[in-house]
Amino acid sequence: MAESGLLEDLYREIILDHYRQPRNRNATIEPTCSADGANPLCGDQVRVDVALVDGVIEAISFSGQGCSISQASASMMTEYVKGRTVAEALQGVDAFQQMMLTGEAPDLEGFDDIASLVGVAKFAARVKCASLGWKTLAQALAEGGGTVTTDDGSR
Amino acid sequence: MTSIAGLPRVEHLPYDIARIRRDFPILKREVASGAQLVYLDNAATSQRPVQVLAEITRFYRDHNANIHRGVHTLSVEATELYEQARAKVARFIGASDPREIIFTRNTTEAINLVAHSWARKFLKAGDEVVVSEIEHHSNIVPWQMLRDERGIVLKYIPMLPDGTLDLDAVQSIITERTRLVAITAMSNALGTIVPLDVIVARAKAVGALVLVDGAQSVPHMPVDVQALDVDFLAFSGHKMLAPFGIGVLWGRMALLESMDPFMGGGDMILTVSMEQSTWADVPAKFEAGTPNVGDAVALGAAVDYLSALGMDEVRRHEREITDYALRRLADVPGVSIFGVPDAEHRGGVVSFELEGVHPHDIGQVLDTKGVAIRTGHHCAQPVMLALNVPATARASFYIYNTTAEVDALASGLEEVGRFFGVRK
Repeated sequence: MAESGLLEDLYREIILDHYRQPRNRNATIEPTCSADGANPLCGDQVRVDVALVDGVIEAISFSGQGCSISQASASMMTEYVKGRTVAEALQGVDAFQQMMLTGEAPDLEGFDDIASLVGVAKFAARVKCASLGWKTLAQALAEGGGTVTTDDGSR
Repeated sequence: MTSIAGLPRVEHLPYDIARIRRDFPILKREVASGAQLVYLDNAATSQRPVQVLAEITRFYRDHNANIHRGVHTLSVEATELYEQARAKVARFIGASDPREIIFTRNTTEAINLVAHSWARKFLKAGDEVVVSEIEHHSNIVPWQMLRDERGIVLKYIPMLPDGTLDLDAVQSIITERTRLVAITAMSNALGTIVPLDVIVARAKAVGALVLVDGAQSVPHMPVDVQALDVDFLAFSGHKMLAPFGIGVLWGRMALLESMDPFMGGGDMILTVSMEQSTWADVPAKFEAGTPNVGDAVALGAAVDYLSALGMDEVRRHEREITDYALRRLADVPGVSIFGVPDAEHRGGVVSFELEGVHPHDIGQVLDTKGVAIRTGHHCAQPVMLALNVPATARASFYIYNTTAEVDALASGLEEVGRFFGVRK
């Protein structure tokens, strides 16, 4: 699809790689907190399980189904936050949300692969797909876990 | 009130696809990637021809005034145009009396009107309302709300794996306790054409009323409320060349007269005192407040456009395109098509999946080729549940679509498959 640069902005090779071979998907862990996320209108679903030890994400797993953007973004998210503290992970969530808002990749250690999702910011309809895993992580880390949705109710 | 007999005749035009396409300038535009638009999302909303756009402009430029209240020239003209549109819509669906046409915002509002003004007045706890599993949410949610509020029983005619309704179950599901059968004439998600005659016969046998959701049938095939022998018909203007924000409820006059008003306000009253009010006659009783006059008039122009083509011809054209699409897409590697296999029992809707690629991604890549399709659950989540998929991709056709556009869809899908190269 060489004639379509727009498309390659959205679907960088690293994104397709994470979609085809997701990291930490359905990993066997003993979670201390979890959350479910969904875009009901699109059908994207992500579940995030986290094993916290002394404020550090020792292990993480995600599961679910959805488009390549939602699943690749969740996969990258798990790679990024594994071994980081809760505070660092939440900083990553903020950085990701900022990237979706501004269309500019943050200068953050370990964010190189994730920065490949910067092109999503140009596709308003897809931002909620990319954000789903990150928002679900934040929900899992917040006390009590629960359910999040990144749909705004529009159809 | 304008009579149907007093309407100008609509001259029949031959089905000339090139001429039809010239009436829709939007079909010539390009999308962000520079590719020419191939619009295949007609089940969501149709495009509008220049004749309808001109009618909107003409109304506001030359005749604009509020209706039913003034003696001045503009108000009289606007009232005449509004009532003429009502008569045009009545003629279009075979209604005998224009007063049986209630203008609403859309199909959803028309169904809610029946739930509010008929069902809340006449149904009691234990009464049954029967819908089907292939309904749009707009023909499910109002009845769920009524169930929770009034204790009515809501039952579903199940969908078979091929997307048709389980007609054997109709006999047992529609019972002596059934008061209303609210059923789509055509599934927006799968295109299934419902054999209404079977359902109407059973409903009549038990004395139940029938409400037809015609959002996907009235724009695409001949619909005659007398021949159907139903009691209510709901549909939207925006899926049949008219603007957003104008829809229709048709109901039998005796039923409409027995019903309570929908909303309270101006235009729907006969007299108002400080203590109480009395209701205006049908249809004004259901059209509280200043209505969407301009768009109703434009709906009149839209049904004139469709009448000139002839709804038999519209259906014939869509059946040909659908038949071609079913065969063409079946040849694309990885594509599976949902629903009835032949175009005879399917409207111009083809829902499909491409192995290993999420519908969103299909839609995104096709957009760069200019091909506009719908992806998602199509506001028909029970259908998605029955198919065991979170979402589908859906191409839907209308009067202006061509086999060349189906080819663009098919070659776009071949490219999607190559691009993702995903093994499941």
